[in-house]
Amino acid sequence: MSEAEVTTERGFDLKRFLADQLRNIAPVFTLVALVVFFSIASSSFLTLDNTLNIIRQSSITGIIAVGLTFVILTAEIDLSVAAIANAVGITVAYFTIQPDYVNIANMPVQGWIAIILAVAAAFAFGLVTAGGITIIGIPSFIMTLAMMQIANGVSAMLVRGQIAYQYPDLITTLGSGTAFKIPLGIDAAGKAAFIPIGWTIIVCLIFLIVGHLVLTYTRYGRYIYMVGGNREAAEYSGVNVKFIVGSVMVICAVCSGVAGMLGVAYFGSAQQNQFDTFLLDAIAAVVVGGTSLFGGRGGIGNTIIGLLVLGVVNNGLDHIQIDSFLKILIRGLILLAALIINVYAQVLKEKQADLD
Amino acid sequence: MTDQPIQKSGGGKPPLLELEHVSKHFGGVMALNDVDFTLLPGEIHGLVGENGAGKSTTMKIIAGVHTDYDGTMKIRGQSVRLRSARDALANSIGMVHQELSIVPELTVAENVFLGNQPLTSLGTVDWGRMNREAKTLIASLGLNIDPTTTMGSLPVGLQQLVELSRVLFSGAQIIILDEPTSALSPPEVRQLFEVLRRLRAEGRSMVFISHFLDDVLEISDRVTVFRNGEKVITEDTKNLTKDDVISYMIGRGSKGMHMGENAELKADDSKPIVLSVEGVSDGRSLRDFSIDLRGGEITGVYGFMGSGQIELARALFGKLPLRRGSLKLDGKPVKFRSTAAARAAGIAFVPENRRMMLFRQEPVYKNVSISILDRIHRLLVKPAEEKRITETHIKDLQIRPPRTAIPLGSLSGGNQQKVALAKWLTHLPKVLILSEPTRGMDVGAKEDVIRIVKTLRDKGVAVLVLSTEPETILTLADRVTVIRKGAVAKRFSKGHIEKADLLAAA
Repeated sequence: MSEAEVTTERGFDLKRFLADQLRNIAPVFTLVALVVFFSIASSSFLTLDNTLNIIRQSSITGIIAVGLTFVILTAEIDLSVAAIANAVGITVAYFTIQPDYVNIANMPVQGWIAIILAVAAAFAFGLVTAGGITIIGIPSFIMTLAMMQIANGVSAMLVRGQIAYQYPDLITTLGSGTAFKIPLGIDAAGKAAFIPIGWTIIVCLIFLIVGHLVLTYTRYGRYIYMVGGNREAAEYSGVNVKFIVGSVMVICAVCSGVAGMLGVAYFGSAQQNQFDTFLLDAIAAVVVGGTSLFGGRGGIGNTIIGLLVLGVVNNGLDHIQIDSFLKILIRGLILLAALIINVYAQVLKEKQADLD
Repeated sequence: MTDQPIQKSGGGKPPLLELEHVSKHFGGVMALNDVDFTLLPGEIHGLVGENGAGKSTTMKIIAGVHTDYDGTMKIRGQSVRLRSARDALANSIGMVHQELSIVPELTVAENVFLGNQPLTSLGTVDWGRMNREAKTLIASLGLNIDPTTTMGSLPVGLQQLVELSRVLFSGAQIIILDEPTSALSPPEVRQLFEVLRRLRAEGRSMVFISHFLDDVLEISDRVTVFRNGEKVITEDTKNLTKDDVISYMIGRGSKGMHMGENAELKADDSKPIVLSVEGVSDGRSLRDFSIDLRGGEITGVYGFMGSGQIELARALFGKLPLRRGSLKLDGKPVKFRSTAAARAAGIAFVPENRRMMLFRQEPVYKNVSISILDRIHRLLVKPAEEKRITETHIKDLQIRPPRTAIPLGSLSGGNQQKVALAKWLTHLPKVLILSEPTRGMDVGAKEDVIRIVKTLRDKGVAVLVLSTEPETILTLADRVTVIRKGAVAKRFSKGHIEKADLLAAA
């Protein structure tokens, strides 16, 4: 039957194809253009080492972005991801024995218990958000803004302006350890050269793959797309919309929590406000990648491209001679451009549907 | 059709407003065909006709909403061409819509002066003056409302009168009232009529559009009847009975009965009651409504727009919480807290608006499978299986084009409606609720849908059809309940029934 379908397919229609695929083409095009630009502008940009750097720098953001992709696909938003990451990272440190010079009144427990408690904290944050949105009916934008403040408050209460340095061994390994090394032969100095692949990259890849599988191949994933595509229609089709929306908020909080635990190990310290830039980066990665802010379109594939675009911009700007204050502005402009394409793609798509 | 404007009443007063040979097309569809209409000074003019007969189109031309029409419109003998609603207001024409355009959070005075607040010399709102003037204006309607109360706290009837006072404030001499009584209780209707009579005594003219024929006959001086985009007659109300009006509306006697204009009801009380609805109220639109849905029967619920059908359907599908009353499914009390719970219990629902239940950007097969994904596989989606199921439905329902992977939005309206039905057909529901199942469909698609629904009934499904179109009800139903302002007005279960019976009962 699939063959018959192919034969009845109408001739290739460029306009329809572009309207359909703008949100997928534009990010890839942007990524290629940025790579070409930075490669020409800087000799140190396009090297194996630096490529790996970009991927490593993106991997904590990537774990958060997986959860955020789920949320944005249902046409909701989560502004509390970075704050929850911070709070959960601090939580896991709070339950770990700290060196003497760290002046925090903490409660050391065994490593695996600390990890379970931290994940439970992330889960609890997500449940509160989910309840506020689905039971009480608070718009996610405002609800997660409140949760951002609450999570920041929890962080502040736990560390009280101090810095923690110790985490359970598993977390230290996953956050800063090397999983394996890719040998590159012998370098000029006669030493064995290799590229280390950190565990954060592996964890991020696992999250991306599992996220993709869930969204693409499970019933739950289909419901997420359908709720995002037309919430009312999903409800009139007997889909439990509140459960779907609530559960993606919980998933997002847990992803943020895992990212937070790996993040504190990656940084080597757990303190207040250290994840602040991750909120914008994670949202930007999802949106730049082309997942529709109106829900129902996009996916993990888009998010991966978005992560790479963000990673290339953040890293590339360090490789060229540029006013470091200007970098912030440039990032803003790139995000604006992505937003315009994102909204425009939706408008095109809807116009196309109306023409049919 | 009379070519000359009928002016047998009015004592030779020159008309305030005239339409001459007005026609209006929507695309290829003729909505109004060569209509003449006159409105005299100081008269209340009733306007009746079935849905789609042309009354709304006519009034929208008068109110400046539709601007591209053929023919001429004259105000006080002067030919005018209105370009917008603002233009109409400048020509002292105002309209009170069925859906009130009030802001419930603001005070009565603020609503009256919305967008026109009197200002002090400093440019701030002159509250004192606004409240005083609002009070005077409202008092001139014979009402005593504190202008500082919030609009939302007033009953609907008073809200409507405040909206009317806003139209009066703008200086309207010609006031168009669209279904003004549909949401009102009997005492509120009396109050409205008092106000209208008072305005008539002041020399203003009103057009009173309504489905409620009793109300029209009570309040209006003359009545104009529309049918199929044409004006049938304009007549003094004193020469008309309700039966006359219904005859003009449906064209009885002129041609033979058409399909859907009468029916022989064949209710069978031995069929098992599947869903029993007992005395449900939602606190607003449904008032102590009861109905039994039997397996293997199509139960029709007929009523005018806004009578409570929409709310009834939503309440049965777990979308609208009930204040009072109970539901029994197969004799057991049930309560649906979500649409998912209703679906799991075997209730299926196709709402009146296709956009409400279809995913236009998604392929056809995902639209069909959304309601049965959990039956295909607990955890995973199986697109191949979904497509196979969709293909059988496409074949059975003759959905065109017969392809599963194209976006739903590229199908015609009738075919989209079939897809909306198809999602409930793979596993037969116990109860199928259809709201306006054939509205806006071409004849072929309509017949297909009718055939599908009857097939489902014959398979034992308890079908509930809710419609504002008597033809839909009469074509499909085995028994009929007429709903009026949220309550049961009349039940028909056996024997011959005509469209006129439904119109008279509603």
